Amino acid sequence: MSDHHNETFISKYIFSLDHKMIAKQFLITGMFMGVVGMLMSILFRLQLSNPGESFAILEWFLGDKWAPGGVLDPNMYLALVTMHGTILIFWVLTAGLTGTFANFLIPLQIGARDMASGFINMLSYWFFFAATVVLLISLFVETGPASAGWTIYPPLSALPQAIPGSGLGQDLWLISMTLFIVSSLLGGLNYIVTILNLRTKGMSMSRLPLTMWALLIVAILGVLSFPVLLSASLLLIFDRSFGTSFYLSDIVIGGEALHHTGGSPILFEHLFWFLGHPEVYIILLPALGIVSEIISVNSRKPIFGYKAMVISLIAIAFLSFIVWGHHMFITGMDPFLGSVFTFTTLLIAIPSAVKVFNYLATLWRASIRFTPAMLFAIGFVSTFITGGLTGLILGDSALDINVHDTYFVVGHFHIVMGLSAIYGMFAGVYHWFPKMYGRMMNKKLGYFHFWVTFISAYGVFFPMHFLGLAGLPRRYYTNSAFPMFDGLSDINEIITFFAILGGVVQLLFIFNFFYSIFKGTKATENPWRSNTLEWTTPIERIHGNWPGKIPSVHRWAYDYSKPGSDKDFIPQTEPLKEGETEH
Amino acid sequence: MNIKLRNNTFKQLLWIGMAGISMFFAGLTSAVIVRSAERGWDTFVLPEYFWCSTVVIIFSSILLVLSKRKVKRGVSPTPYIFSTLILGLFFAYFQFKGWGQLILEGRYFVGPGSNPASSFLYVLTFAHLIHVLGGIISLIVVTIKSSQKKYTKEDHLGIELISIYWHFLDVLWVYLFIFLLFSLK
Repeated sequence: MSDHHNETFISKYIFSLDHKMIAKQFLITGMFMGVVGMLMSILFRLQLSNPGESFAILEWFLGDKWAPGGVLDPNMYLALVTMHGTILIFWVLTAGLTGTFANFLIPLQIGARDMASGFINMLSYWFFFAATVVLLISLFVETGPASAGWTIYPPLSALPQAIPGSGLGQDLWLISMTLFIVSSLLGGLNYIVTILNLRTKGMSMSRLPLTMWALLIVAILGVLSFPVLLSASLLLIFDRSFGTSFYLSDIVIGGEALHHTGGSPILFEHLFWFLGHPEVYIILLPALGIVSEIISVNSRKPIFGYKAMVISLIAIAFLSFIVWGHHMFITGMDPFLGSVFTFTTLLIAIPSAVKVFNYLATLWRASIRFTPAMLFAIGFVSTFITGGLTGLILGDSALDINVHDTYFVVGHFHIVMGLSAIYGMFAGVYHWFPKMYGRMMNKKLGYFHFWVTFISAYGVFFPMHFLGLAGLPRRYYTNSAFPMFDGLSDINEIITFFAILGGVVQLLFIFNFFYSIFKGTKATENPWRSNTLEWTTPIERIHGNWPGKIPSVHRWAYDYSKPGSDKDFIPQTEPLKEGETEH
Repeated sequence: MNIKLRNNTFKQLLWIGMAGISMFFAGLTSAVIVRSAERGWDTFVLPEYFWCSTVVIIFSSILLVLSKRKVKRGVSPTPYIFSTLILGLFFAYFQFKGWGQLILEGRYFVGPGSNPASSFLYVLTFAHLIHVLGGIISLIVVTIKSSQKKYTKEDHLGIELISIYWHFLDVLWVYLFIFLLFSLK
């Protein structure tokens, strides 16, 4: 079955059909884009903490056109915010996270040679790569990249003449996003079919590791929600390029009345958020799955409430489709409809609380191994709680209206979605690095990376809640034009300090990652003493995963510290002993 | 991978893909529902040619059902698949004629003579036709393979896949047709 010896450089490293190599391609591309997106945030944070001040770094990166005299141009500020959001949400936390771990883990954890279709898998990456290239090209067009926010609300996104970023940059954004959606759909189709059909003997659905459940549900979410964004984008493209009026009506620009009549920008918001909210969970659920696995392995205890964890994943996914209106409470929505969306939104607190409770119950009185992966997993639980609590405020229409479009929202979603997902991603990289590269990452650097990231991330996003409560609107180029916000400038300086600190420490992670690929300590076959199938594969990575027969599965993935066993873990491949009952 | 597993895998891929396509059209038709409830929504009668398209695509589906029965009995399904292909081309022809009729009536996709109602009509029918073109290309491939006797009683996955997809396009068109009849009334 193993045919790795027939591979050439191109078929092994570039147009690879091997799920493990494709996973690495997603990871490295996601990391590169993460650096680009993070750098953008540092650049616009400089403007927010020191409005109108000159910084040589701005001119160095953006040139004289977009940062004349080292002062950030307002149009470029909008572009940086837009691209930062787009890159982090889609490129890093959707493709970077799911693309990496779905591709790497699905065949290994279910016991399959590869994905159902290696070719579709390869296409999925190369569509993503093409989307990346188009998006990066948009950074260099004369009128600048897209500037209408990652939510690309019309009319700003629909009228090329609106602002510089509404021109070619927005066109390229839409082309790039279309390629991205195709990539996501191809990947999602493959993940679902692989998990449903290619499980090894004995790997029933009730024995699937929670990472598999999470990735299966995420794939279903993506297949059902991304096409709706595609339909919204299609209508937007027609409005932009052909002059239709789906989202546009009664607009005057520069004294000239445009011909558009009868369109509604609110329509776009409905369509966009029908994807947009499931997208939050497309980002979050893989991290939930990864964290479930890592917490159980490093607690040396079975995950608490396996079935409840699966049911809560399904419940969160289902509810995510019927809550989109909470992003639109101030669009003139009927108050009754608002109360319906409030109700459905607050319902999500129930399965979310189940998950948090189960994590804490798993950790309770456990023999915890504080590996860097485990620290990030616990960090995830922390941000999931703090970000989730502020979600209760934003999910309630009566409360949301007061802080809508302020920094309160920015603080909330960065903590609950951004930090949680990125912690899940870091946890996953530290945990599965030995399986990916056959070597260990440096632990001390990992600890340092975690603590500085953890402190600086809270340092950035926690104070934003107070800015929001004080009324500071998000997306504004400068806060210095409004005397009522003068007292908040110190907080903005603190936020920027932590943003830079958090950004710099990620370079340490990148160093650790690449250094360890070549110089890290050689890993053993199962360094974490874990139960799941991927740790039964040989250290030498081969196309086909197992040299001989694929192992059969005899138990679930969470037999840690099982009474009666002489060791504190029992791999899934180990048959039940006589008289032994399955969990 | 054994034949049964391979067949199941490909069929599931198709079903899940069709679920995605359904969501794409659900997005568009829900946009019509939201938009048609507001002011400035034009009403008009659908072109007669779209009735012809509806009849043609339903009939083409029936032919594919027959082709599947034939191959299961070991009889060549090629004439039936080829006839489906011809009807598929007729469907596309009637769609173009329908758009021509709309233009003659002064209902445009874009520009001063357009209205969101007519724009949506063009988008929905065009998006459906793009998917039909995918089906037509698949039908050409299946017709060629069938004429080369590559399908057997036991293994005729290509015919099964195109049948599923073509029936889906049929149901989708009937849904869109009825939906547009009522939305534009």
